Amino acid sequence: MTSIFDTPLYAYARHADQENKAPRRHPVVIVGAGPVGLALAVDLAQKGVETLVLDDNDKVSFGSRAICFSKRTLEIADRLNFGQTLIDKGVQWNLGKVFFDARKVYEFDLQAEAGHRMPAFINLQQYYFEIALVDRTRALQQNGAPLDLRGGSQVTSVIPKADHVTLEVNTPDGPYTLEADWLIACDGAASPVRHALGLDFVGRVFEDNFLIADVVMDADFPVERWFWFDPPFNKGQSALLHKQPDNVWRIDLQLGWDIDREAEKRPENVIPRLKAMLGNDINFQLEWVSIYTFQCRRMENFRHGRVIFAGDSAHQVSPFGARGANSGVQDADNLGWKLHAILGGTAPEALIDSYEDERIFAAEENIQNSTRSTDFITPKSPASQVFRDAVLTLAEQYSFAQPLVNSGRLSLPCCYHTSPLTTPDTMGGPKRSRPGAPCPDVLLSDGYLLQYLGNHFTLLCINTAAPNLGGDIDPFIKTLCLQTKDDPSGALQTRYLATARSAVYLIRPDQHIAARWPDFDRAAVHQAHRRALARKPETWS
Amino acid sequence: MELTLTPNIAAPDDFYAALLATHDGLTRAESEALNARLILILANHIGDHAVLSQALHAALPPPAKRAPT
Repeated sequence: MTSIFDTPLYAYARHADQENKAPRRHPVVIVGAGPVGLALAVDLAQKGVETLVLDDNDKVSFGSRAICFSKRTLEIADRLNFGQTLIDKGVQWNLGKVFFDARKVYEFDLQAEAGHRMPAFINLQQYYFEIALVDRTRALQQNGAPLDLRGGSQVTSVIPKADHVTLEVNTPDGPYTLEADWLIACDGAASPVRHALGLDFVGRVFEDNFLIADVVMDADFPVERWFWFDPPFNKGQSALLHKQPDNVWRIDLQLGWDIDREAEKRPENVIPRLKAMLGNDINFQLEWVSIYTFQCRRMENFRHGRVIFAGDSAHQVSPFGARGANSGVQDADNLGWKLHAILGGTAPEALIDSYEDERIFAAEENIQNSTRSTDFITPKSPASQVFRDAVLTLAEQYSFAQPLVNSGRLSLPCCYHTSPLTTPDTMGGPKRSRPGAPCPDVLLSDGYLLQYLGNHFTLLCINTAAPNLGGDIDPFIKTLCLQTKDDPSGALQTRYLATARSAVYLIRPDQHIAARWPDFDRAAVHQAHRRALARKPETWS
Repeated sequence: MELTLTPNIAAPDDFYAALLATHDGLTRAESEALNARLILILANHIGDHAVLSQALHAALPPPAKRAPT
């Protein structure tokens, strides 16, 4: 049987660029057609930016890999018009159970707040996420979008120039040369582009191996996340069981450091481990087995001239907390509108430096969270072992200890409140919608708020008249006027006003809040918009 | 809030005896586990981040005696 991840989706085909004597210049070349590279390509293509994606492969990723997609990633996917595909296919879950030895010590419920289009999380194999992106790419291409996806195209050399990058691409027909105004490296943790530039990728190595197994089984385990500390079937280690679509279950078993990795991967060794966990009477088939180790690290800089790193090529975290693919997609979300503004001439090149400011801030947050989870899950000193076990013992008896249990702090979107693009808050409204935060969703009488935001700058006016922005403020700002009296749920009031009577929000194309005020102030909007585009504060232009 | 580092326990000998009594008959590993649970329970009772930080600092080994200058 051929698996989904064995089927070529964008096979190599010879391109006219390969016949050119002089290398052709492209505005944006993305290396890597994974979730990050393709999400960025779709975003740019939606905005009309000519984009070329190169990948040395021609298939989706092998095995399920990333399986947990967060609400913010789903909202970004929705802005890119493939969110519905993901939630139709994905498995939604809310309940997590934590076991210590043979006992359940507590459970948590990620109760979804009402009035959001997207759930807190879905579980979905990474290959389905990538297939949805390839389908979206094909749909854009059929509508004439300037988006090109070339498989079997391996980047073998990268030469940075002052205002572009020259790269050599190897293909089954031999090599050819291309130029890019901007080269975006979305080529994973082993990033050949990073190696080609000789850049460091240092951080903390965790001396531990994990066995990951996807099994297909018809079992009546509930759709929940089960996490074991020191279970009877894997003494002294941890274990995870999580449901994916198509009756595939993700099983993750900590193995320790001194193991024979090749031997542990063999079915005759994997199957007894899984039987010990699942019980002898459960029938299952192995779909994918892998052994991984991990590091928590990031590049010192994500921008090197006209080469930009996004996703795992720039930062790597432990898998606990689903912060790998989710943070990579958020990198793409952050980068797309900035490249569009720079290439369209509405922002200076300096805007791209804010990508580094904002996404290094996010990477640090993700590295900190995933390092802390790893330290809890795999204690590396006698003291940390004693405290970890004390927390788990107490969590069974007393609720106070439950927040200390850390089996992965699930990915939440980063707030760019310290970003140079963000205008400091002078309104004092709800904290969740402070400048820098992603917009909280609200169910409106006709659709959801987030469906009206993004792709452009938007001026959201609540309980105040729509200002006539006229020609003196950037014509690219859209205006959206809402009244709290039209929202019987009260969510618009609590999420955007709190005690304020009215508010005006300036919202970026990535749905993050750039600034907010209690009332409309033309000059303030103008300056905040300039600031969000890294344009110098100055007089009316 | 400030960490209290002056006497605050009304009957210090009674408390000390009760503390030792909870460890009666325990192995070293069991005592270590009990101490860890006790620290977590007390830390939660205090709650205040600044006080906890001061307590963590106050519990560090005293600095080595400096040579006279």
